[in-house]
Amino acid sequence: MTFNAAALLLLIAGLALIGWIAGRQRSNLLAGRSGAKLHSRPQYHGWYVALWLFAPAALFLAVWSSVSPGLVTNEVLASEAAENLPEFGFERGAILSDARAVAQGKQAAVRLPAAAPLVEPYAAAAHKYAWIGIAAMLALALAGGLYAFTRIKPDFRARTRVERIVMAVLLLASLVAILTTFGIVLSLLFESIRFFQLVSPLELLFGTNWAPQSGAPQPDTFGGIPLFWGTVLIGAIIAMIVAIPIGMMTAVYLTQYAAPRVRQWVKPCLEILAGVPTVVYGYFAALTVAPALREFAVMLGIPNASTESALAAGIVMGVMIIPFVSSMADDSINAVPQAMRDGSLALGATPNETIRQVLIPAALPGVMGGILLAVSRAIGETMIVVMAAGLSANLTANPFASVTTVTAQIVKLLTGDQEFDSAKTLAAFALGLVLFIVTLLLNIAALRIVKKYREAYE
Amino acid sequence: MTQDDLIIADPKMRAQGVNVFYGDKQAINDVSIDVGTDLVTAFIGPSGCGKSTFLRSLNRMNDTVASARVTGKIELDGEDIYAPSMDVVQLRARVGMVFQKPNPFPKSIYDNVGYGPRIHGLAPSKADLDVVVERALVRAGLWDEVKDRLNESGTALSGGQQQRLCIARAIAVDPEVILMDEPCSALDPIATAKIEELIHELRGKFAIVIVTHNMQQAARVSQRTAFFHLGTLVEYGKTTDIFTNPKQERTKDYITGRYG
Repeated sequence: MTFNAAALLLLIAGLALIGWIAGRQRSNLLAGRSGAKLHSRPQYHGWYVALWLFAPAALFLAVWSSVSPGLVTNEVLASEAAENLPEFGFERGAILSDARAVAQGKQAAVRLPAAAPLVEPYAAAAHKYAWIGIAAMLALALAGGLYAFTRIKPDFRARTRVERIVMAVLLLASLVAILTTFGIVLSLLFESIRFFQLVSPLELLFGTNWAPQSGAPQPDTFGGIPLFWGTVLIGAIIAMIVAIPIGMMTAVYLTQYAAPRVRQWVKPCLEILAGVPTVVYGYFAALTVAPALREFAVMLGIPNASTESALAAGIVMGVMIIPFVSSMADDSINAVPQAMRDGSLALGATPNETIRQVLIPAALPGVMGGILLAVSRAIGETMIVVMAAGLSANLTANPFASVTTVTAQIVKLLTGDQEFDSAKTLAAFALGLVLFIVTLLLNIAALRIVKKYREAYE
Repeated sequence: MTQDDLIIADPKMRAQGVNVFYGDKQAINDVSIDVGTDLVTAFIGPSGCGKSTFLRSLNRMNDTVASARVTGKIELDGEDIYAPSMDVVQLRARVGMVFQKPNPFPKSIYDNVGYGPRIHGLAPSKADLDVVVERALVRAGLWDEVKDRLNESGTALSGGQQQRLCIARAIAVDPEVILMDEPCSALDPIATAKIEELIHELRGKFAIVIVTHNMQQAARVSQRTAFFHLGTLVEYGKTTDIFTNPKQERTKDYITGRYG
């Protein structure tokens, strides 16, 4: 007898179905007998019973599944056979898992001789806890089901109850995303704090030399400025120089000039551009754009021209962001009331004057919000910069030179064989935290601007 | 309609056999009408009768609606405004428009009024523009209320002030005709009274065409009234005649409130 959570879930689902039918029948029966009108329709009574039967049992199942292996192990460790186990460490764990595998039938025989005496106690303990779990679960299911079943009366407000439960489930679903974000922040925060115990935050934020070494942290090697500069140069300057004008002009064309047929084709194409995996952009940047730019730079006689240039990564990233900017600008321009456009045209303004002097100024807050969101996406973008921008931390304004970004360095710090507690590895988390905070602030600012602007026309 | 010719001695605009279509649907059916130079002409009629549609075809604002199509002839000073040689931008500078809902630009009061003169190059210097803006605001009866806050946003004014700002904006480009599409329907009675007063003062300086739901308003501000019903022009004549002695049964029914 093993504890199979999936099968048990199916079992209580089956019980819930029976409960549903029973609840429905009972409400019908009671209503028919007493002649009273049911407050809720019969299926709500059915749902009420089914939910009471299913939810507590399923919850118990989830908890028990995660708790019982620990209980089993404890029981085994307390047994006589476990007295000869090595005290701590890797060997002890290996022996235990070997015994567990045999006891669960995943493995025909023990690989480690020391595990052999443990198989029997393991199987016994697992058997015991499986029975306890199943019994408790069934008891809970039946108790819940009976409780609900006995409450069914014609005037019982089953619908209200069921709706309340459904609402709680929906709330729980929406909490998952929020709690996950929270968990991510916490994990980043803990690792970052460990890093900041080794290296001062001031050094990371304001130091200008980035050359992290393995082992104990060397002084003045964790200066983040070259990375921040590289990120800003690629994501906020070069990419935006490409994306803002092209995205804006696209939006103006699509909203003001394009015939419906053209718009019908161009918009989906832009959306496809937004859906291209960033690694594909990365190839394009590294294999096509970067070499072409280098040749161009050599032709111009620019020194330090590298095949891994900020310009290549920035341009391709800008192209990637175009659909983003154009769709935000499209929305903002469309949100400007038609009356505004008519007012301008009725004064004898040309469509061009109307766009430049009325529509774009009126849409500007929304467009600004869109641009901030685009920047926050660009600086968090990883693949393109890893592939095309290079990894050397140069503090240079020469767009043809190789620079590196926060995201590219995070990848570099975490790939390969690394001890997980050296300053070098922990630096990745600190960088991630900085990036997270900056993009979070940008997003908040953008959303505030967009919201304020939306209100202006309502 | 020989009788109409008698009413308008010196037409500013002249429409002959005008039809307006939205896609396959005909919104205006064979309308012929003259608009007098020194007169206020009111278009009245129940909702959906096509009076606003017809108004918008007088300065080709229907061009902005992709499915709209206009046939027939509309002339401004004898010039066909739908002729290929007609520059629609020039036309709209000559035939201005005030809309149902006040629609000031989200710019300062000064820039709202200065917008038209600027794009048409009517005021070469800042000093010239100051004069044009002040004159337009004075004529729109708004100057005293806003002269100390010309740099504030036009959207911060009250509804009635916004509508007078829009009228000032239209006046500033010195048009020959001003079309008003239910200019008071979004305003309270006091603001409405101010606009009506303003229309009286502007009469004779511009040819004014006003679309209104409000028959008392038509009676108060206009000298000529046209009654539209179901896309056709039912009756056109002196305002006093239309309201006291309508010739058509349908006009009488509408004016006496039988339907509408």
